[in-house]
Amino acid sequence: MILRRPFFWIIAAIVAAFAIAPAIGDNIELRESLVLAAVYITLASNINMILGYAGYVNFGSIVFFGLGGYFSVWLMSAHAWPLAAALVAGGVAVSALALVFGLGILRLRGVYFALSTIGVNEGVMAFVANFGPWGGSTGIYLSPALFQPLGGPAKALWVIYYLLVGIMGLSLVLSYAVKRSKFGLGLLAIGQNEDAAALLGVPTPRYKAIVYSLSAFLPAIAGGLYFFKSAYIQPPDAFDLQLSTETIVVAMLGGQGTVAGPALGAFLYEELRGWLLTSPTFSHFQLVVAGVLLLAIVLFAPGGLMGLLYRLWPRLRSFLE
Amino acid sequence: MNALLEVENLSKQFGGLRAVQALSFEVREGTILGLIGPNGAGKTTVFNLLNGVFAPDEGQVRFRGADITGLAPFRVARHGLARTNQIVQPFANMTVLENCVVGACFGRENLPLARAREAAREAVTLVGLEDRLDALASQLTIAGKKRLELARALAARPTLLLLDEVLAGLNPVEIERMIGIIRTIRDSGISILMIEHLMQAIMSLSDRIVVLNSGAKLAEGLPAEVAADPMVIGAYLGDPGFVDKLRES
Repeated sequence: MILRRPFFWIIAAIVAAFAIAPAIGDNIELRESLVLAAVYITLASNINMILGYAGYVNFGSIVFFGLGGYFSVWLMSAHAWPLAAALVAGGVAVSALALVFGLGILRLRGVYFALSTIGVNEGVMAFVANFGPWGGSTGIYLSPALFQPLGGPAKALWVIYYLLVGIMGLSLVLSYAVKRSKFGLGLLAIGQNEDAAALLGVPTPRYKAIVYSLSAFLPAIAGGLYFFKSAYIQPPDAFDLQLSTETIVVAMLGGQGTVAGPALGAFLYEELRGWLLTSPTFSHFQLVVAGVLLLAIVLFAPGGLMGLLYRLWPRLRSFLE
Repeated sequence: MNALLEVENLSKQFGGLRAVQALSFEVREGTILGLIGPNGAGKTTVFNLLNGVFAPDEGQVRFRGADITGLAPFRVARHGLARTNQIVQPFANMTVLENCVVGACFGRENLPLARAREAAREAVTLVGLEDRLDALASQLTIAGKKRLELARALAARPTLLLLDEVLAGLNPVEIERMIGIIRTIRDSGISILMIEHLMQAIMSLSDRIVVLNSGAKLAEGLPAEVAADPMVIGAYLGDPGFVDKLRES
């Protein structure tokens, strides 16, 4: 059982640390920094299932986050759905849409697939920007009254934070459970050599579509929480290609294909970004730093941080997945 | 003996090239059928048609009575038809065992992970790679990778095994060993359809032989019959007395 594996308890410890650290002394500044870290970890862990396991570069993964945000925010503002129902509905709707998109674009491989994922994101953004019920290019603004059921804005922010940490924890568990499963083995085989995998009986079209759809679910819910927290949503924020690219950088920085790597990469990158943004020298260059990091990883450490750690301490492999 | 695989009137055209033309043959249960012919005769294309890499333009493939014509490769694998690749295609960053677990998991028996590991171990032992179980596939020699191809296909516990030049690129000692392994596989009840250029090996291994030339069947029969067939000698084997004949004339 998954509960008996040491790595499961490492995940539990990470989630506990996220939950407890800002609660000590009501540290709101720390909480706001960890909110972003939790979002990055969620996005990176989920993209890792398609990027790291199945070997498909999804440049447009942010479309799940943005669409999830739109669905949830719209259900809450226009139809007065409670938060939990709106989040789950958003996740389910986006996963279903991803399955439809996936069955189409996953026939493509390599560069062509990567390009088509950008197309999906840009296409959806253009559609939403012209979609009346979702406010077109001005987006949707939430009434502050919507925070009342959660005990007012101040308390609501804590609730949202804990829900996001929960989604982050679920992302890690999902990523781990998939990796240890037969489904995960099939994905890894596809990632290494898709033709050989198909010859051995791996149902490649179905597996790819499922993982594309699965990797949409939790990011969509995270999007719902994130934009509920912001209390407004607009197309350029929801479908931000820059964040999409950063997600890939983060997963590769940590070590694509491992479970811990994307989380580690996401956390370090978010902390680094926070520092760069507040530093007077670097605040305008934070993307340059991201670019240099990506180059350095591709050139010198294709296995990312986890690859380096494994090389230094091979015994880590036995419990840090 | 029943026919395990029945191929009827199979044809495939690539643009102007008729790669396979109205080819019919069958593989009987428990036997080894050799498929030989000059380079470009369409041997590998026949394999690709059998396990669904390409769909044939015409003809039918029946396996254990079921029509598998044009099914996707992963569906063909589920029917119990496994294949090795002429150019080895290991999952380079997986261990030898993991490579074979993929074969066992998704093959004919569709095993769950734990039982797939046992089947994989058996297959690895059968090809003699058991001491490299945890080595990455990329670290194996060419001979090792060829044996891994075979182990991965065997782990699926297939009914029929398609071997595409498993002997090519091996040295004489390795060839001897591989021939032994192939015999063991046949004796365990798995039927084999194999492409091979190494005449001595294929003549001694095969129960029957089909000779292809320009995509069509040139001859079929017992190894000795085929080797003595003047058409086969002319198209593929070459006439050992050719020089003498030239001198005489």
